[in-house]
Amino acid sequence: MSKWLEEHLPKVVLAPSFIAVLVFVYGFIIWTAWVSLTRSKLLPKYDIEGFIQYDRLFAAPRWDVAMNNLFIFGTLFIAISMVLGLMLAILLDQNIRTEGAIRTIYLYPMALSMIVTGTAWKWILNPGLGLEATVQGWGFETFTFNWLVDPDKAIYTIVLAAIWQSSGFVMALFLAGLRSVDTEIIRAAQVDGIPTWRVYTAIIIPSMAPIFLSAFIVLAHLAIKSFDLVIALTGGGPGFATDLPATYMYAMAFSRGDIGQAASSAMIMMGVVFTIVVPYLYSELRAKND
Amino acid sequence: MKTKVLSAVSAVAILSATFASAEPSAEVLHYWTSGGEAKSVAVLQKEFADNGGTWTDMPVAGGGGDAAMTALRARVLSGNAPTAVQLKGPAIQEWYEEGVLADISDVAEAENWAKVLPASIADHMKCEGNWCAAPVNVHRVDWIWANADVLKANDIEMPTTWDEFNAAAEKLQAAGVIPLAHGGQAWQDATVFEAVALGILGPDGFRKAFVELDEATLTSDEMKAVFDQMRKMRGYVDENFPGRDWNLATAMVMNGEAAFQIMGDWAKGEFLAAGKAPGEDFLCASTPGDGFLYNVDSFAMFDVDGDDKKAGQQLLAKLIVGKNFQKVFNLNKGSIPARTDVALDEFDQCADLSAKDMQASSDSGALLPSYAHGMALRGAQAGAITDVVTSHFNSDMSSEDAVQQLLTAVQNSM
Amino acid sequence: MTDFAIDTPRSQSRTLRIGLRWLLYVILGLFALYYLLPLFVMITTSLKSLEEIRTGDLMALPREVTFDAWRTAWSKACTGIQCNGVKPYFWNSVLIAVPAVLISTLLGAMNGYVVAHWKFKGANIFFALMLFGCFIPFQVVLLPMARVLGFMGIAGTIPGLIFVHVIYGLGFTTLFFRNYYVTIPAELSKAAKVDGAGFFRIFWSIFLPLSLPIIVVSVIWQFTQIWNDFLFGVSFSQSGTQPITVALNNIVNSTTGVKEYNVDMAAAIIAALPTLLVYVVAGKYFIRGLTAGSVKG
Repeated sequence: MSKWLEEHLPKVVLAPSFIAVLVFVYGFIIWTAWVSLTRSKLLPKYDIEGFIQYDRLFAAPRWDVAMNNLFIFGTLFIAISMVLGLMLAILLDQNIRTEGAIRTIYLYPMALSMIVTGTAWKWILNPGLGLEATVQGWGFETFTFNWLVDPDKAIYTIVLAAIWQSSGFVMALFLAGLRSVDTEIIRAAQVDGIPTWRVYTAIIIPSMAPIFLSAFIVLAHLAIKSFDLVIALTGGGPGFATDLPATYMYAMAFSRGDIGQAASSAMIMMGVVFTIVVPYLYSELRAKND
Repeated sequence: MKTKVLSAVSAVAILSATFASAEPSAEVLHYWTSGGEAKSVAVLQKEFADNGGTWTDMPVAGGGGDAAMTALRARVLSGNAPTAVQLKGPAIQEWYEEGVLADISDVAEAENWAKVLPASIADHMKCEGNWCAAPVNVHRVDWIWANADVLKANDIEMPTTWDEFNAAAEKLQAAGVIPLAHGGQAWQDATVFEAVALGILGPDGFRKAFVELDEATLTSDEMKAVFDQMRKMRGYVDENFPGRDWNLATAMVMNGEAAFQIMGDWAKGEFLAAGKAPGEDFLCASTPGDGFLYNVDSFAMFDVDGDDKKAGQQLLAKLIVGKNFQKVFNLNKGSIPARTDVALDEFDQCADLSAKDMQASSDSGALLPSYAHGMALRGAQAGAITDVVTSHFNSDMSSEDAVQQLLTAVQNSM
Repeated sequence: MTDFAIDTPRSQSRTLRIGLRWLLYVILGLFALYYLLPLFVMITTSLKSLEEIRTGDLMALPREVTFDAWRTAWSKACTGIQCNGVKPYFWNSVLIAVPAVLISTLLGAMNGYVVAHWKFKGANIFFALMLFGCFIPFQVVLLPMARVLGFMGIAGTIPGLIFVHVIYGLGFTTLFFRNYYVTIPAELSKAAKVDGAGFFRIFWSIFLPLSLPIIVVSVIWQFTQIWNDFLFGVSFSQSGTQPITVALNNIVNSTTGVKEYNVDMAAAIIAALPTLLVYVVAGKYFIRGLTAGSVKG
């Protein structure tokens, strides 16, 4: 008996987590898939009616806007956060005297929830109250910054605030990466007279490939779950110009009593996640097995 | 000594709880959390405690009750429903159909609710013939508020038709005043929209469109005219309106930056809080056209176990519709009592006007539920209409496209 | 420390180097402004009187500094009928966050240890399933989770909230520890096994002592997530167990009442203090923990 336990102990240790994930993630995904095939309204019902909810979803102009926004928001947010994070990390890696303080300033937004910072951002971005009014007050009468109130540009203010929140974290990831690159190679390169920028592009950045992937996963996960941000900053407006799938789903499930519809939108979201994450997992785990 | 106090307390409890032997208790889920609102609901808690009840407060603010409804769903599904919940409009019947609401007909009949409530409001409180909710107040939604000085300076009267409103707005615009203070949030867009719709479609047209969802009315020329007027309204608001909270819009009227605001009578509370007097500093009138759009807050009782909680529900229902609470609460909140036999001596002139109009429109059949505030339609349909209204208001969509989208959105929401 | 940047080729002139140095500091400073701007607005607003907020410039410094709003937010603001500020909710959040962070970190460490060093058939699949679980939108799990909590009899309680946070935190903590432990040479645990050390002994005496940096990472991440959570907090609590984010929401998001922006901001900063403190104090270890290998994939 004790020998069996000895041999299977690792599996026994994993078992609770395994069961939890199986039930609370995959069980719930199956539950959602089931409900998405029903006409559930206020509370979930379990009589299957077919793909009616998906038909309704694809017929709703608001869902198109939400998916479009996810694409714009996701791409810009991930790309800019990565570039900015890498840039700041490289700048901060030049023996800056006040590095500790600056690093904390860049990193702190991650610590705050958007319920907290939403109002402040709303004011800053509002043309009548915030940045535009202040800069005009300094005498630059022609300065305009009115993205928040422009239905075509409002989504970019969401990007701006999201980058504010997460780019410091990405910076931290890259800074850690820069610090763990083998300094011997770099010294050797410098002795050979290779210019600094070449050292970065040819040696350091390529060696950080795994960090790009990790940063990408963290950012993608934040992009898809972005919810508080939109609610606090624009409430989805003007109109529903800044709706995202997560806010659409929440509105359907909880303000409109249309749980079937919410479940179908959740399934589509999950599909998007799947297409992003599975290739990553595949490459990650295959590399480890080699 | 201690036992004496205890027995005295329980004696009071037994005396007051005439309809049940257990000591009444209630966990109340509501979304009134800010200063004035919280004080209003504290009046109820005090009365409840004075009658031997134990009140457990479960406040969840946000999104006009959205967050509270999220919490409610989770609580009901986990088999741990709150005793009483702030619910309103057709949502009451929706929850009843899920089989989770308690019947409070005993109290309602003993207290003669059918006599003291206007018929159309009483209908909202009934589920398949049984009483299942208790009304707290009547907010009128179709109000237009104005800055008295600004109107006088520009020689403008309170408008009684939409044409007059447009003429006044253009005059104000020429004088450099923002005609309409507005906050660009979906529910505020819908609030203006339904006021315009009531004026242009008339009470019957409004009922056909937003209560019965009559397809011919939804696509009629009158509905196009409603969207045309909305397009004009869009021109009367300032550039920075998106996302603005309604109270900031009220402040614009207060300080003379803007002339009018279309908003329910909770706006009055903002004026009063800033020390402004009705009739002198600010004016109130119904929006142009006939009819009365109401937004009635109410509490529904959920099916719970335990005699103490059941006794709590009975007591709570009785107190909510009681004359004293109806008066005190509504004085605080800016609305008017739901029951029609409360003396209004202490209320201001806007409340008087509201009460008079409610009676008159109730008699003429023009007392109508507000669609924008979830009184007329279920969530899915109301939401579908709001999606079209807000997307029309915030883009250059034509009125023809808008009515077409309105029809498809309503059909798609079924 | 990669201090090669100062050893730029001698061909560059000294003035150019100093100029570049200045440019560097200016750029870093400008970004610091971008990151600090919202905090600046929040702090200044919280120190103004309501009158000044109504009449003055929102972005300006306070004309007269007052701490009234802070006092109100902490112990007097109404979050419903009770007007005791955010104080009682603060302790609820502590009671939820501390055990949930500790349990999920410990479980994540054990999971990571097994997946990285006790490979068995299916370990990678387990890890993949776990990782995919990080991405499930929380709105999806609210309703079925409510059912489960009711079934378990912990609906509306603090243990119920701890349970939920542990479950949905496991994915990330396992990811952190697994990626960290992968970098620890397998020879180390193999040698210990040869010496007859058991599963737990190797964990306790070899892996745990090496784990400080990654524990810091896991604790910071989990603490931030749990402390700032609103959705679970509002759905799975009842009166008496509501966390601080719910109270903050009740203060900030009232629909039809008078808004006291200074109190809103003060309450918001109070709610954020613990996470801010964690970042400031542990920030250094955070970078070090990440450097130590957690993100090398």
